[in-house]
Amino acid sequence: MADVVIKVENLGKQYRLGKVGTGTISHDLNRWWATVRGKEDPYLKVGDVNDRSQKGLSDFVWALKDINFEVKQGEVLGIIGKNGAGKSTLLKILSRVTSPTIGDVKAKGRIASLLEVGTGFHPDLSGRENVFLNGAILGMTKQEISSKFDEIIDFSGVERYIDTPVKRYSSGMYVRLAFAVAAHLEPEILIVDEVLAVGDAEFQKKCLGKMKDVSGQGRTVLFVSHNMAAVKGLCTHGIVLENGRHTFSGTNEEAINFYSQKSESLSQTELSERTDRKGNGKMKIYDIQFINESNLLVDELSSGEYYKIKFYFEKYGEVDASQLTFVLQLLNENDEIVTTIATDEQGTKFDKIPEKGCFEIEIPRLIFRGGKYKICYLLSEKKAFNTPHNVIDSLNDAKIMNVMRGDYWHSGLLNRPKGFIQESSIRLING
Amino acid sequence: MKEENWDLIIKPKIKWYQVDLQSIWKYKDLLFLLVRRDFVALYKQTVLGPLWFFIQPLITSITFTFIFGRIAKISTDGNPPMLFYMAGITFWTYFSDCLTKTSNTFIANAGVFGKVYFPRLIMPLSVLVSNLIKLGLQLTIFFVFWIYYLNQTDNNIHPNWSYMWILPLLVFILAGLGLGFGILISSLTTKYRDLNFLVTFGVQLLMYGSSVVIPVSSMSDKIKSIMLLNPLTSIIEAFRFIFLGTGFFNGLGIFYSFIFMIVLVFCSVIIFNKVEKSFMDTV
Repeated sequence: MADVVIKVENLGKQYRLGKVGTGTISHDLNRWWATVRGKEDPYLKVGDVNDRSQKGLSDFVWALKDINFEVKQGEVLGIIGKNGAGKSTLLKILSRVTSPTIGDVKAKGRIASLLEVGTGFHPDLSGRENVFLNGAILGMTKQEISSKFDEIIDFSGVERYIDTPVKRYSSGMYVRLAFAVAAHLEPEILIVDEVLAVGDAEFQKKCLGKMKDVSGQGRTVLFVSHNMAAVKGLCTHGIVLENGRHTFSGTNEEAINFYSQKSESLSQTELSERTDRKGNGKMKIYDIQFINESNLLVDELSSGEYYKIKFYFEKYGEVDASQLTFVLQLLNENDEIVTTIATDEQGTKFDKIPEKGCFEIEIPRLIFRGGKYKICYLLSEKKAFNTPHNVIDSLNDAKIMNVMRGDYWHSGLLNRPKGFIQESSIRLING
Repeated sequence: MKEENWDLIIKPKIKWYQVDLQSIWKYKDLLFLLVRRDFVALYKQTVLGPLWFFIQPLITSITFTFIFGRIAKISTDGNPPMLFYMAGITFWTYFSDCLTKTSNTFIANAGVFGKVYFPRLIMPLSVLVSNLIKLGLQLTIFFVFWIYYLNQTDNNIHPNWSYMWILPLLVFILAGLGLGFGILISSLTTKYRDLNFLVTFGVQLLMYGSSVVIPVSSMSDKIKSIMLLNPLTSIIEAFRFIFLGTGFFNGLGIFYSFIFMIVLVFCSVIIFNKVEKSFMDTV
């Protein structure tokens, strides 16, 4: 049996909410007084579950609590969870950027963390100089870097620009070079946080390949990503975090299934009762309906048919109609965005928002093949171009859209599952 | 399975004396690469480049000569004013650069510190080393002037050659003081930003209290004893004593500065070490 290389026990991390600054001295003094008397830190007892959508009772929250897991040598562990579940905090503790509030982590071997590519790159230095600097920051010695220098340059594919200051690089080249350095680290344990979300598809593939090599060499990798496809392809095991608690651990497949069931069960609760909304609440979407050609309510859709999706809302405050933007996103089971429909990019303007009403989206002929799609929406008031959106109401996984395999071409055969139907025919040409 | 074979244990709290000097040694390559970066990056896209190292102290000395020497007519112990101020400024600059540049270690490097772990002390130490090189360059310019004045007849300079050997000790104490104050301030500023505002003019005020401009010899005994409480005064006076033959030299004063420095560095390294564990949450 393989050795346990990372052991996490009762790990927890507490953060203080609100303005840091006022009151810190008094808190510090309180803490100090408690320790002097040999008592427990008074602020460790309090603290809420980290659920951002609900207003907590206390100023302190546990970003992580009661985390226990072990990683064996050679495992690739995927850490899955929604935004704010505590994934990044966990990685930060593991990579020693910040320290836990309670509990401990034990590890065997050198840990290198890649929470970002190109950490410490200096814009004025040349590519060559930055490779050395970045490598050293990541924990390599000068000798190690020199011996791998050619490999790194080769991997990055920016050989021609290696003596040019990196501020003249295109962002793609910058990332390539940065990742190349990181990819040639040879730690026993590698911690990676979504750095693969950068670069073009070809380069991403290269990076995933490199990471696979790394794990193939018996090294341990901890990988955080929203990209379920990457987690699926790369990891052997997975743990699921939710609101700072550790809710599941098992093999990769099991963890992904657990996670997607979780988000499915969430979207089955009545929309009006959902508590994970974001936004100021001036308007609220309380129901989403699929209507077919004969104006009937349906649960399941099929490819090639006519549908209307209706988002019913109620208004609770004054909303500037001319600034209102409605954005709809459809995600596949791997949480990848399949398509986006947005009123602002279409130039749609609203005149007046009634107290009650609905947004209706017409789909003349559904081009989705069979599968489950998650609906996310965002209602916002855009004050001015390029300023942050003023969110009114937004919900992820608001509803699941179940698409059945239909007969798009009226050929009498069901369409194959997955992806889109492309409106093109295949002809045979002689010669 | 055997339990206690872990290479690394991450725990909420560490003992106050656990300063990981071993890992600082492991990261020595990083230290030198950072020093290199400071030098290469500092004068990129400048025309005069490293010449700025010489221009800065020269201009300051000329200004001081003009304002304090000619207009205010403050005593320079009979030394040529240019040389007198240059001696003070060269040494003072090393201290003040070390202090100001290490005093924002945490805030200035928050981006890097937030992503990668390496012994945080590497950063201030690299500042010390790169400023040491700068000091070396600036000392050469001082020596050029010094030799020029030495060769003048009627120069009124009497170097105390036999004390020359304590020069490295003086530099060492200066570096320690700069580092100590710097990282102490940087540790405290992660929570209380107020100190940032103090640094700039605090350093300025300290300069006038360190006999860079006004020699101790021109002060009344009462002020003199207050001035000597400042550990920098003895150092700068000693430097003048060695090279110019004037200035106040006292073994006890140097010893005081040395002990002051050791205690300061010891305390501030411990505080720094404690703060580095969790400063990312407050910075």
